[in-house]
Amino acid sequence: MEPLRNGGGAEEKPRRRGTPDPGPPRRRSSGAAGVDSAAGPQPRERGGSVSRQRRDSVRKNRPLFPWFGLDIGGTLVKLVYFEPKDITAEEEEEEVENLKSIRKYLTSNVAYGSTGIRDVHLELKDLTLCGRKGNLHFIRFPTHDMPAFIQMGSEKHFSSLHTTLCATGGGAYKFEQDFRTVGDLQLCKLDELDCLIKGVLYIDSVGFNGHSECYYFENPTDAERCQKLPFNLENPYPLLLVNIGSGVSILAVYSKENYKRVTGTSLGGGTFFGLCCLLTGCSTFEEALEMASHGDSTKVDKLVRDIYGGDYERFGLPGWAVASSFGNMMSKEKRESVSKEDLAKATLITITNNIGSIARMCALNENINRVVFVGNFLRINTISMRLLAYALDYWSKGQLKALFLEHEVK
Amino acid sequence: MRPGEEWVAFKMAERGGRGSGGHGSLDKSITLPPDEIFRNLENAKRFAIDIGGSLTKLAYYSTVQHKVARVRSFDHSGKDIENEPLYEISVQEEITARLHFIKFENTYIETCLDFIKDHLVNTETKVIKATGGGAYKFKDLIEKKLGLKVDKEDVMTCLIKGCNFVLRNIPHEVFAYQKDSDTEFRFQTNHPNIFPYLLVNIGSGVSIVKVETEDKFEWIGGSSIGGGTFWGLGALLTKTKKFDELLQLASKGQHTNVDMLVKDVYGGAYQTLGLSGNLIASSFGKSTTADKEFSKEDMAKSLLHMISNDIGQLACLYAKLHNLDKIYFGGFFIRGHPVTMRTITYSINFFSKGEVQALFLRHEGYLGAIGAFLKGAEQDNPNQYSWGENYAGSSGLMSTSPDVYPMQRTRSGTFDMLEMDRLERPLVNLPLLKDPSTYIPDTVDLTDDAMARKYWLTCFEEALDGVAKRAAASQPDSIDALERAEKFRQKYWNKLQTLRQQPFAYGTLTVRSLLDTREHCLNEFNFPDPYSKVKQKENGIALKCFQSVIESLDSLGWEERQFALVKGLLAGNVFDWGAKAVSDVLESEPQFGFEEAKSKLQERPWLEDSYSQWLERLKEGPPHKCALIFADNSGIDIILGVFPFVRELLSRGTEVILACNSGPALNDVTYSESLIVTERIAAMDPVIQSALREEKLLLVQTGSSSPCLDLSRLDKGLAVLVRERKTDLVIIEGMGRAIHTNYYAALKCESLKLAVIKNSWLADRLGGKIFSVIFKYEVPCK
Repeated sequence: MEPLRNGGGAEEKPRRRGTPDPGPPRRRSSGAAGVDSAAGPQPRERGGSVSRQRRDSVRKNRPLFPWFGLDIGGTLVKLVYFEPKDITAEEEEEEVENLKSIRKYLTSNVAYGSTGIRDVHLELKDLTLCGRKGNLHFIRFPTHDMPAFIQMGSEKHFSSLHTTLCATGGGAYKFEQDFRTVGDLQLCKLDELDCLIKGVLYIDSVGFNGHSECYYFENPTDAERCQKLPFNLENPYPLLLVNIGSGVSILAVYSKENYKRVTGTSLGGGTFFGLCCLLTGCSTFEEALEMASHGDSTKVDKLVRDIYGGDYERFGLPGWAVASSFGNMMSKEKRESVSKEDLAKATLITITNNIGSIARMCALNENINRVVFVGNFLRINTISMRLLAYALDYWSKGQLKALFLEHEVK
Repeated sequence: MRPGEEWVAFKMAERGGRGSGGHGSLDKSITLPPDEIFRNLENAKRFAIDIGGSLTKLAYYSTVQHKVARVRSFDHSGKDIENEPLYEISVQEEITARLHFIKFENTYIETCLDFIKDHLVNTETKVIKATGGGAYKFKDLIEKKLGLKVDKEDVMTCLIKGCNFVLRNIPHEVFAYQKDSDTEFRFQTNHPNIFPYLLVNIGSGVSIVKVETEDKFEWIGGSSIGGGTFWGLGALLTKTKKFDELLQLASKGQHTNVDMLVKDVYGGAYQTLGLSGNLIASSFGKSTTADKEFSKEDMAKSLLHMISNDIGQLACLYAKLHNLDKIYFGGFFIRGHPVTMRTITYSINFFSKGEVQALFLRHEGYLGAIGAFLKGAEQDNPNQYSWGENYAGSSGLMSTSPDVYPMQRTRSGTFDMLEMDRLERPLVNLPLLKDPSTYIPDTVDLTDDAMARKYWLTCFEEALDGVAKRAAASQPDSIDALERAEKFRQKYWNKLQTLRQQPFAYGTLTVRSLLDTREHCLNEFNFPDPYSKVKQKENGIALKCFQSVIESLDSLGWEERQFALVKGLLAGNVFDWGAKAVSDVLESEPQFGFEEAKSKLQERPWLEDSYSQWLERLKEGPPHKCALIFADNSGIDIILGVFPFVRELLSRGTEVILACNSGPALNDVTYSESLIVTERIAAMDPVIQSALREEKLLLVQTGSSSPCLDLSRLDKGLAVLVRERKTDLVIIEGMGRAIHTNYYAALKCESLKLAVIKNSWLADRLGGKIFSVIFKYEVPCK
């Protein structure tokens, strides 16, 4: 989720900023707020009003490398690593051996072990972070490999580098003790939602290697004319932020600090993947998506036209709308005639439509017309993104706009 | 028929169906207990049918001919009236309208259509209204079998028409479901204004409809994740084909083996958001692996939670957007299944933070059929009338919970019935009710109070033989009276046994519903008024004493007289054939009279005693503008108890509306009897006479035929009069009306509730003895 934590060091120098973060209106401990990284306001182009004095202080108090951010979700761990490219010879000399080896290991590989993957295409190049230039790397691996990761940290003596590691997501709580006892690492736990929002705003502000980070689909209801276009999120508020991980959280964001969790649903990416495993025997998310892309959900779902022969005009329902997800599967004959691909596609459509529906209702209830969908469920998942764009546009009669981010904020 | 024999007949029919070689083939050889199910077919017209995925609901309108007791005053001019009865009683045939609704499995459709064809004498009907997904499939069969043209009606329109109808006409139609409480079903008071509401129909998909008025409704949303998803996806995951079996699996599963909980992600609760560790973070989030097996039960449970939660969440979002707080759930996903009612209730509670209650309907399965019927019967204006559920002919709500009552699980294989009687007159709220939306007529909820339930059911069982005997004796000239009385006895006995098992069958079980059910059963077997002779005799005797009672009252000083009047009213109320303790006395001591009754009464202070405040009020306050009196028994009660009291009120300048039952119940005085009695009294008493002439004493009917009193269902004429005359005092007398019901009823004006407790168990419960006195004078808080 929010990866932009300046590695450790933050804990040691918590009062780096002149004004403490007032925090969101929700009641929380202010602990995390004070740790707010300089990465927040500093690198933003429009943050030009930051005084020289402040910049100096930032430099002086800059945390030590390595700079990591961890988001430990229900299914995936998202790791962000800042690779400094402006290392001076002096620094190079000073750099301890295992810090160097970490840098080399992470940047020279794209896969780690059997499950870790670096999303090279997402890499953000020539970024300025806390006055340092470098590249931001995005790495992910399954949460069930978390113990192995901690073990590795222990073997590589991460603890000798610095004592705290910024982490968010539920796993920051769940694995905190393991980090401490096995890895001798102190986690700096950060609130998931705070991180999410800061991450969204930051990633949008730095752009995607010269391109726009945020985009939308124009003409989502017209398959021929539908195209992906950049969206300027300069005045983002208010926005509805729908984070689709294993489950789904929906936030209404009114400003950087003022937001609330509106609701959530347990029907998320984990549900799609979990059901696909059960229905098709697949074993990876990519496999499930690949199957879905070749399937035909209308064999599985009962459409309005299957019941009414066409549109149900009394209620203004188009014939193509799904009346009952998996509704055709009530019949034995039809159960026997569908393929695994059809089932995967139907699962994907069911989960996606449902998220779209709940998001739309929340947007209406909160009176917000921009909905940003993020989260790992959308990674390489064009079907869902287009469907969300389509569903939001169609059912709101063009009143709501679905927005997406290149990095899905992971 | 022995108790439960009804069931045996149904079960045989079912077995016949099952034995016929699987689905699809329709077996004609099954024998139905026809007259028990398709009743009154001879006069049936206006058929409607709702064919769902597995159940067919048939509706028709019919007329029922039954006997009613009429009283008619003799022409006494110039005759010696000493030895003549007071009035003539005759039993006449009356024709009333009744709606029949029958629900059965689609498997029986052909057999049922054949049966109807054979018994349909009246052929003026040309079309049959049809709705439901299966209407199309069976169109040809229906047209061929019945020779009626099938006229299709929109499913949702029918559903909503049906919903409005039951909400308006059936008390305790609506209930909330609470699995973990002693009583699963919490019935709701009918709100005087049923609109607006949200109807969430969970069929294969979900439709969310906002209903604003009788004819105005709007589809505001829906979801494709519904019953079809549970069934279809469930069948794929568990290889279990039937919906009911899937629910069974789900009820045994552990969803935590399949779902990823908040604590699986966080290691505990997500405290900053206040999300409990046991919440589901991701449905099926633990099955994201190819190398682990999951049990069918666990997957079914997880699926059930996923779907129920999702529907509940959407329903809450829609309710919030449209600012609605009443959500009724229906559709085959819900249909009496405790498992789904429970999960939906949980979900609504969670997502609305307790602000919205999930509500269910007792006759949910019939809505489509009722609506289709109403569409076809528009020219009969069924919505113009008030209707009442006929307890004698309706099956009642059955629990399908496998744990509670295994026999009922196969309910869908049996025949279920609902009958609605058209009431003579429209019924409305008493305008003086303080808050009609929270008014509950009944004092004790027997569904809730197991001890009281046991007592009263036993009490009614023990009194049954006597009631049957009296019924037979009331028609000495009828050759089949004994046989009918026995049938009555069996029918009511069976009802009592059903209620022992399922106290919620007809809504909240109360003493009133037990009494009403008994009246319905008596009517069913043509015993319209078993006490007519008793009442006739007692009215005659009491009238002879009227003048001497008045004379003795008039001889008293004012204060003494007020007390004597109240005591007379109470003593009169002792004469209640409905109370076993009293009927035993009256049977064995024919001489037992007014004075004897007075001597039985408890001395002051009474069990509930606000007499002093009442006296103070009479002394200090201005006369009441108008008093509404609900009378109880015939004979001494009305003539020597109520009338002297009425006379005193009139003398004070208070107008009086005397309300008596429209139809007979026990020895309660009926409206037509009260007319004759009043006429006789007027002939003897100038005060009553002039009051009648000047319309200061008005006789009205309550619209009820119950020994109890439901102030939310009263004759419209009475309500109008109460408002016109600016009624400021309501007097309710008798156990049935002032203790079993209305003891806690709050009114906008002063009220007097008085009764003599003629049941030792009840007296004991209230902390008194038999013949304890309740005198409750209440003034509404300013």
